[in-house]
Amino acid sequence: MEQYEKRYLYKRVVQAKLFIDQHYAEHIDLNNIADQASFSKFHFIRLFKTIYGKTPHHYLTQVRIDQAQLLLMKAVSISEVCFAVGFGSVTSFTGLFKKVVGVAPSTFQLHQKKRHEAMQVHPLRFVPNCFSEMHGWSKNSNSQEMALSSFTHF
Amino acid sequence: MISKLTHVCVYVLDQDSAYDFYVNKLGFKVHTDAPMGPGNRWLTVTPPEQPELEITLFLVIEGGIFTKETVKTMTELVKNGTFGAAVFTCHDLLATYEELKAKGVVFKKAPTKEFYGYEALFVDDSGNFFSLSQPA
Repeated sequence: MEQYEKRYLYKRVVQAKLFIDQHYAEHIDLNNIADQASFSKFHFIRLFKTIYGKTPHHYLTQVRIDQAQLLLMKAVSISEVCFAVGFGSVTSFTGLFKKVVGVAPSTFQLHQKKRHEAMQVHPLRFVPNCFSEMHGWSKNSNSQEMALSSFTHF
Repeated sequence: MISKLTHVCVYVLDQDSAYDFYVNKLGFKVHTDAPMGPGNRWLTVTPPEQPELEITLFLVIEGGIFTKETVKTMTELVKNGTFGAAVFTCHDLLATYEELKAKGVVFKKAPTKEFYGYEALFVDDSGNFFSLSQPA
């Protein structure tokens, strides 16, 4: 019986976590999230932290920053990214991003752009030799990499 | 002396499907996704808390040392779970189990108590199976 109750509690907390994963871009807060699990706020925060090691608020922030990184890789503008992942202010987004990721969104985006471009032109530089040899991707011939990369320039 | 393992290989039968499984279901992060010509790419992902370990989602496809016959054999072996031999850990197995099940991940074994902790077994979209454990 105890195990059954524990499992039921877990399912409700997991449901709330999945709610954050799916609705991070909306204006959700702790009330919305706790409602998903049908818990009081205090009880919910305690359970969530026990299971995931962080508060629901910290988890929501982490999801938003993770999603922001994905959008920044796609060359979306910083202000668009900010609002697309659920933040309400570019200034607070930029500050939080830097605190979590270690660099400003603009620096992150520039770095990712350069990496992406290099990946398109010289994909083999990203592949350890043991794997490229298994696949028959040769690194010893520039012409072969050129031939390979020509497939990628649509 | 050798200091670390940086890349491991998981053979997959469809990289788009593997991307969806490992990134959208398991929550892994894409490390490198480089185009390698028609129908193939160099795709590596990392567990959320282990960014230095790249798991290469290695497509079983003809080319290099993979002959047509090898691909046929490998495909069968992957589908049958022959190469399933890796262990992932999590902080809370019951929560992770419930979450992955809700996302459609197939488990061969529900969480059970073992000598070394709690463990469940799940299968990826190609047929590889893995232990998911919570150390005691």
